[in-house]
Amino acid sequence: MSIQYMGLQDLSGSLVVLEGIKGASFDEIAEITLDSGEKRTGRIIELNEEFAVVQVFEGTQGISLENTVTKLTGKPLMMPLSKEILGRTFDGIGRPMDGLGPVYYDKMMDINGKPMNPVAREYPRSFIQTGISAIDGLATLIKGQKLPIFSGNGMPHDNLAVQIATQARIADEEGQNFAIVFGAMGVSHDVANYFTSMFEQTGALNRSVMFINTSSDPVVERTLTPRCALTAAEYLAFEHNMHVLVILTDITSYCEALREISSSKQEIPSRKGYPGYLYSDLASLYERAGMIENSSGSVTQIPILTMPNDDITHPIPDLTGYITEGQIVLDRALSQKNIYPPVSVLPSLSRLMKDGIGEEYTTEDHPEVSNQLFSAYAKVQETRALASVIGEDELSETDKLYMKFGQEFENKFVGQGRSENRSIVQTMDIAWDLLRILPKSELDRISPEMLEKKY
Amino acid sequence: MTDRKAFIYGINGPVVTVKNAPWLMMKEMVFVGDERLIGEVIAIHGDSTIIQVYEETSGVKIGEPVETTGAPMSVTLGPGLIGNIFDGIERPLRTIKDMSGAFISRGLRPDAVDMDKKWEVKITAQKGEEVTACAVIGEIQETSIIVNKVMLPPDVSGTIEEIVPSGSYTCKDVICKVKTADGEIKEIKLVQEWPIRTPRPNLKREPISVPLVTGQRVIDILFPLAKGGTAAIPGGFGTGKTMTQHQLAKWSDADIIIYIGCGERGNEMTQVLEDFSGLTDPKSGQPLMNRTLLIANTSNMPVAAREASIYTGITLAEYYRDMGYHVAIMADSTSRWAEALREISGRLEEMPAEEGFPAYLPSRLSEFYERAGYVKTLNGNEGSVTLIGAVSPQGGDFSEPVTQNTKRFTRCFWGLDKSLAYARHYPAINWLTSYSEYTDDLAPWYNENVSEEFLPARNEIVRILREESSLMDIVKLIGADVLPEDQKLVLEIARVIRIGILQQNAYHMNDTYVPLSKQFMMIKVVLYLYEKCRKLVAEEAIPVSLIRESGIFETVIKIKYDIENDKLEKFDDIFEKIDELEF
Repeated sequence: MSIQYMGLQDLSGSLVVLEGIKGASFDEIAEITLDSGEKRTGRIIELNEEFAVVQVFEGTQGISLENTVTKLTGKPLMMPLSKEILGRTFDGIGRPMDGLGPVYYDKMMDINGKPMNPVAREYPRSFIQTGISAIDGLATLIKGQKLPIFSGNGMPHDNLAVQIATQARIADEEGQNFAIVFGAMGVSHDVANYFTSMFEQTGALNRSVMFINTSSDPVVERTLTPRCALTAAEYLAFEHNMHVLVILTDITSYCEALREISSSKQEIPSRKGYPGYLYSDLASLYERAGMIENSSGSVTQIPILTMPNDDITHPIPDLTGYITEGQIVLDRALSQKNIYPPVSVLPSLSRLMKDGIGEEYTTEDHPEVSNQLFSAYAKVQETRALASVIGEDELSETDKLYMKFGQEFENKFVGQGRSENRSIVQTMDIAWDLLRILPKSELDRISPEMLEKKY
Repeated sequence: MTDRKAFIYGINGPVVTVKNAPWLMMKEMVFVGDERLIGEVIAIHGDSTIIQVYEETSGVKIGEPVETTGAPMSVTLGPGLIGNIFDGIERPLRTIKDMSGAFISRGLRPDAVDMDKKWEVKITAQKGEEVTACAVIGEIQETSIIVNKVMLPPDVSGTIEEIVPSGSYTCKDVICKVKTADGEIKEIKLVQEWPIRTPRPNLKREPISVPLVTGQRVIDILFPLAKGGTAAIPGGFGTGKTMTQHQLAKWSDADIIIYIGCGERGNEMTQVLEDFSGLTDPKSGQPLMNRTLLIANTSNMPVAAREASIYTGITLAEYYRDMGYHVAIMADSTSRWAEALREISGRLEEMPAEEGFPAYLPSRLSEFYERAGYVKTLNGNEGSVTLIGAVSPQGGDFSEPVTQNTKRFTRCFWGLDKSLAYARHYPAINWLTSYSEYTDDLAPWYNENVSEEFLPARNEIVRILREESSLMDIVKLIGADVLPEDQKLVLEIARVIRIGILQQNAYHMNDTYVPLSKQFMMIKVVLYLYEKCRKLVAEEAIPVSLIRESGIFETVIKIKYDIENDKLEKFDDIFEKIDELEF
């Protein structure tokens, strides 16, 4: 593969067109060397006998039709991996940026990964304790799950992600073999620094791998960042049997990058200008969470996305919700009431929760209590709506108790300190304290035997 | 034919172009590239032929060969399918796991069924017999529940020239030779091929008359589905589409279930595999997997194969239908299939219609749903294919094109509701927006097999729920306290119906599946209670709050847990308790 091609035929956005190439393959990586000696990397995204369209990761500024020499590598984008990546920081396409030199690899892996065979998957059941009541109690995170945080600009999703990353414990093994892979796509430098310094403070940095693409970095790289992060995660999980928690932020920037590239390729847009393959593309990221047979490792994903205009029906949160196994939704009103974490309980959900809680995993009353909290809090919303019409004084006695329950629930159960780490037992105790506000007859989701025992 | 080779001219994701290959036919299956990836011809424009490839095309080179097969995209039909799990183009995933480990590699083409496995075949036809298309010539015990009937393909009929005696044979063996009317000799094996986009023929369609009993109260009572019918389950994320589909797959009284995970989560398919292996079929007491066939093309598997997966599923269903079975297909989710259509259409640069979907979306949807039906098969059996399609509307908005078009072609609509799901009211089927057009068709069956009182009782339930909804509009404005007593009673009874009957707990032993006889008793009790309370309120001026204190409403609500499915005599106590109400 030593043939070099002089010059280019066309340039548009991040795309360049090469003519007359031989033996090129779809999706392979091309190296473009400028006259100045600067090297750039690109990937073939469309190919036919006459020309190849190459997407340049670093952008096309400074490139002319004549000042380049292009070489094809014959390979898709591969990432060098070894256990040494722990504690390291990489840029958006997996090149070290911490000045510690290249990674001595024991395996090269294609960053696109391969689909996991559903037959070889192991159904996730082990509970991960995050120490946050609203999550542990009501939308339990399970090892191997993908559970996104739906947030909005200006809400404390970063704090929440850090708190989860540093407090997360897998019930059966005490923090052994636990790694964090952090992928930042199009975040501001401040946010990237916040994560780095928080991981440093809590001592999590040496078991973390960071992939940083800030908002000033090239857009094309942004679409590769999560793939690099997930490839590193899969490597650690399935080659070294580690439990990997992957935090990806911000999926919204990622999708916007996809849209930008799609429109520069002149593709037909679907909703809100996003490409028609947004669902498949997001799925190719999210589905890389899970556990497989014959390996004790796991990949758990917490993608963070900011909902544009707090709109949960926007294509990004909407398509995400269809792929991920639940969602944790943050609520601006709660955030304004100074409740941290401002988890909006009713739309939050963990689909894998039902199989990973109960006597065997958490506590025996957990399923019924969480069910009851949901239904009682749903009732609180109705009561509040009624109170806003007829005034709180006119409410019936039971309804007034619901109002009180709602208040306390938000303050004591949902709300907690930024470094407060509650065990699941503590969480359940708080829940029972709150349920006692309501008369026994209202607790219709809890079996009489359980009420007898705990009420 | 196969020596004619074309060469790849261009590649754009799953779409590959070939030039100067006029022998390639529309919908023909081809092998693409050195790795022989499976593809299908989807368009021919002048000298260029466009192929969609069912596998990842990364690394494929220009100039690699494209091989013709001369046949349309087909599936293999034969014994050994039931209990197995396939991808969208019928490749067995267990075999793939043995070949490539936990991650799926490209270019693997294992046989759909084990060709070397010996099956015990009981031959039922004789030499010299005149046989029609699809005629049954032998039987195989495929699983502990399902007898596979060895049939002639739908396009072969004639006289049996030769037939083997009963014994054990593999799928490679020729077991019968048929001489057709024009003198041709056709070899018949245990397996046959059928193109996935062509419906298997049948003799005639029979009218819809038998319900698909699901054991789910809100469906069986309010919005029943018929065998051979079609239903749509639309719902935003988190409303329990998949949960509902799983419940139907577990408990509905079809003979065979085909579950298509089309562009959905990998873990869900794993869960189905695990769950179903542990559960037993209520009818036969055998493991549920012995009547289930799974097709898993998860969201991260190639998008073209996702498009094919629902056709693969329905072709398999028609094969078992022709044996005389009642097959139910759960497709989760048809929206992902529509999106796959959109993605391919976008790559072909076709003119989009609504929201980027191609203009042929409605016709493709109707073609798919029209393959459901209750039929007399070519061999004289009666069988049916019931289609239940989940729809994942964008933003939970039912006005989007896939939901709207699906609504046009299905006759049962189970609309899932976000607010019910938030309150953890499952199944979150909204009783006000959902409907079933089969109620009238099924009336004779219900009258004969359950009770003549069943449908009037059902209608009364619907009326009470309707009334509740209009009363709730008032309550939302001024509170419940100001309503007159008889209306308060309606609210109370509606609550009993909602919690006691419509809400069903999939994790409770007695509640996950409820036979029709108990369902009928439950609505009877509720209406009996309503009648009694109405008298108390009207004639003795007893306030509803007082009746509530007696605890009778809670007792009725708890019937679903307290009375076992086989101990219906316990209902007598409840009727007695209602009779004894006194103030």
